[in-house]
Amino acid sequence: MNFFFQQLLNALLLGSIYALISVGYTMVYGVLSMINFAHGDIFMVSSYIAFFFSAFLLRFAPHLFPILTFAATILVAMILSSLLAVIIERLAYKPLRTAPRVSAVITALGVGMFLETITLALIGPEPHQIAPLIPFRIYNLGGVSFSSNHIMVFAVSFICMFILDLIIRRTMVGKAMRAISFDKTIVPMMGVPVDTIISATFALGAAVAAVGGTMYGMVYSLDPYMGILIGWWAFIAAVVGGIGNVRGAMIGGLILGVVQVFVAAYMASTYRDFIAFAMLLLLLVFRPTGILGRPKIKKV
Amino acid sequence: MGNRQWLLFPILLVLFALTFLIPHYGLLNDYIQLILIYVGINIIMAVSLNLINGYMGEFSLGHAGFMLIGAYVSSILTVWVFPHTWGPTMTSLVLFPIAVIAGGLAAALAGLIVAFPSFKTRGDYLALVTLAFNMICVSVVQNIEAIGGGRGFMGMDKLTTMSWVFLWALIAAWAIRNFIYSKFGRGALSIREDETVSDLVSVNTKTVKILAFVISAFFAGVGGALFAHVLQFITPKTFVIQKNIDFLVMVYMGGIGSIGGSILGAATYTILLELLREALQLLGTIPPFTLIPSLEIWRWVVAPLLLVLLMIFQPKGIMGLREFGLFVPNRDRFGARLWLKKRKSANANSPD
Amino acid sequence: MPILQIKSLTHYFGGLRAIYDFNLDLEPGELIGVIGPNGAGKTTIFNLITGVYRPTKGSIISDSMDLVGKESNWIIAHGIARTFQNIRLFKELSVLDNVRIACYSQLHYSSLDALLCSSRFQREEERILDETMNLLLLFGLDCLAEEKSKNLPYGSQKRLELVRALATHPKLLLLDEPATGMNPSEISQLMELIQWMRRKFDLTIILIEHQMRVVMGVCERIKVLDFGETIAEGTPWEIQHNPRVLEAYLGEEVVE
Repeated sequence: MNFFFQQLLNALLLGSIYALISVGYTMVYGVLSMINFAHGDIFMVSSYIAFFFSAFLLRFAPHLFPILTFAATILVAMILSSLLAVIIERLAYKPLRTAPRVSAVITALGVGMFLETITLALIGPEPHQIAPLIPFRIYNLGGVSFSSNHIMVFAVSFICMFILDLIIRRTMVGKAMRAISFDKTIVPMMGVPVDTIISATFALGAAVAAVGGTMYGMVYSLDPYMGILIGWWAFIAAVVGGIGNVRGAMIGGLILGVVQVFVAAYMASTYRDFIAFAMLLLLLVFRPTGILGRPKIKKV
Repeated sequence: MGNRQWLLFPILLVLFALTFLIPHYGLLNDYIQLILIYVGINIIMAVSLNLINGYMGEFSLGHAGFMLIGAYVSSILTVWVFPHTWGPTMTSLVLFPIAVIAGGLAAALAGLIVAFPSFKTRGDYLALVTLAFNMICVSVVQNIEAIGGGRGFMGMDKLTTMSWVFLWALIAAWAIRNFIYSKFGRGALSIREDETVSDLVSVNTKTVKILAFVISAFFAGVGGALFAHVLQFITPKTFVIQKNIDFLVMVYMGGIGSIGGSILGAATYTILLELLREALQLLGTIPPFTLIPSLEIWRWVVAPLLLVLLMIFQPKGIMGLREFGLFVPNRDRFGARLWLKKRKSANANSPD
Repeated sequence: MPILQIKSLTHYFGGLRAIYDFNLDLEPGELIGVIGPNGAGKTTIFNLITGVYRPTKGSIISDSMDLVGKESNWIIAHGIARTFQNIRLFKELSVLDNVRIACYSQLHYSSLDALLCSSRFQREEERILDETMNLLLLFGLDCLAEEKSKNLPYGSQKRLELVRALATHPKLLLLDEPATGMNPSEISQLMELIQWMRRKFDLTIILIEHQMRVVMGVCERIKVLDFGETIAEGTPWEIQHNPRVLEAYLGEEVVE
């Protein structure tokens, strides 16, 4: 039983990080009807940014309170990742807004691969890990052990998701985003600067993913190809939750974390991928709109 | 209007003869021969992918999965199932083509399965289905220890020759061309243009999709079989999603409406990457580039960059939707004009 | 023997009622019109007949064959063709190919025949090429056969859509607002064209139209829809003097 709770905690940790990444996919799809296949790689880059910046801070400002180092690292990762995402959007995606969708998706794949290989070429394939910016401690509660990592991820993710949800539901930007995802043609006619909102969407998604990237780099490790696998899981999570639905993406992330960890715990870990993708396939075929998504009616 | 299609036959015959003479007399060095074989295999992959992504406007990102199936099925046959006592001629003339066709058929079966989701899903969703399919193929093979799992499968003889590749590339291009200029191919085009209307003008979109996926997958499987028997070693990791990017570049570079374009795209891309590799290797010997370790990785930076630039500036590819006249059957190229001419002369002869 | 029998046809889009209790008995050779304000559900009827949507309730029977639940291409292949409100040609394809695509059900060869370029395949393709060109000739589009359909002037595009519909050898033709975007002389030509097509190809026609001249001029019977319900049915004269119809169109009683 303890084993079960242990795995559950790990599952929720992983799931929270997936959730942070999957909202990025879902927001961009809602606004542009495009799957940003490069998002997983932006997550990867954010992880590296966090790694280098934290190493820099630890070296040149070792006396800062750990919580400040942590906060600064996350902040810098968020800002730079947002910047990267917006640059990619403006350079590679914007010119293709009127092109057939195929082009946009292929471009996204290309951008993603480009990020992977350039990271590989510049930094090398060896995995790294971000130093524990928050002092690492292990706790035990009723036979189940968890660490400060668990607390950090749960707390930070929760805060992040809460703020994101607020932004989407209460602010003008968030409302504009949702409006655009409902009807792309009317919104610009109402004076909404669509281009700005779209860039804001990318920036927001990348920022949240960067939070995930920083924490992932602390709890696990980072390498140039992590974006592929993690990105895919997060993406499956977005589809599970109903692509275009932010809350769905959060739930999807948690579900996927649970699936991943429990499959690895109770079955051979090599089946992990297979089950996740089989799930995706079945979902796409039988319920493409996901758990919380809205079905679309075609008009003739 | 000149029609030089009759020239095609003797030219092909000469080329085919060359595929025997070159290796036999060592007219080109081994490395170039290998490149030509890869060009041929990539032609098969590009032309078959173009059927789905180009002509039918669907979104298959799982082509490498079909290749994997063809590679493994054919390799298992030649290494474990087929007798090894038949001698080299019999093996290469009888057993090898059987293995290749078997690989193609196995992939075609998978194509049939992938076709069904395509009935209800389009665009991004179909991309995901095919991507998921690709990854499932990879992870299934990774889990089957009996065929090597993640470590890979080996032991294949080098049965792939320039002649076989040439022959198969020819068959692929010819069969797919015939398909394109038939009611099924036109149906595929109509699906690309407007799928709802396609159904409303009597096109059986289900049949067309099934045929397109099956034929495309078959040749992808053939490509995989040929690939396995030149590399002589295959692992699941060879066929992951990244491999699809190569094929996508070839198809989109060449032009989505053109078989000739796919051939061009495949040849250009393969040769370009090799040249780039050579150039980078050369560059690596010149200071200060000697300081950069493994300069060749940059080759893989160029490929996706090329793809992105292509998509932004030339999304329809070099040939766009046009086709080389050579590949178009006379009926489609001149049919209307000839008909009009006939009518004019008929009117001239019997005014009423 | 009615060519089309629709009984109690009702269709909801989610909670929105698009069509309610629509009935029709159509005899071969008839030319009837369906009119009504925008959003009245007229195109929905066409979509239901041709299998784009599956009706929530009701039956559609053609020549004693039940159409409900059948694939659109099956329905088209069995003699019902349609045109579209906003022209939906295959824009990037040539005029010839636009029509040839519609010949799918008329071409009798297998995929194997196609792949191997068999003699049967070649014969069938020659036959269809000839038939298609002849059809284009009838509508004055034969010289434009190789032109991309999107390059054609508006009027020619409308005619091309008609040719494409006729290529499926239909018995019943559904015309969705064919007079859109036409000036008065073009409308007169259209009216003649409709009558001519009906005779030449032995067609039964259902016409959706806003241009009253066309409807009153060619239709024998008219059904009037408003908010999905049939509010009137009758001859052109009867409809023109029906107060409910006038109210639906003008929103108030017209004092004569």
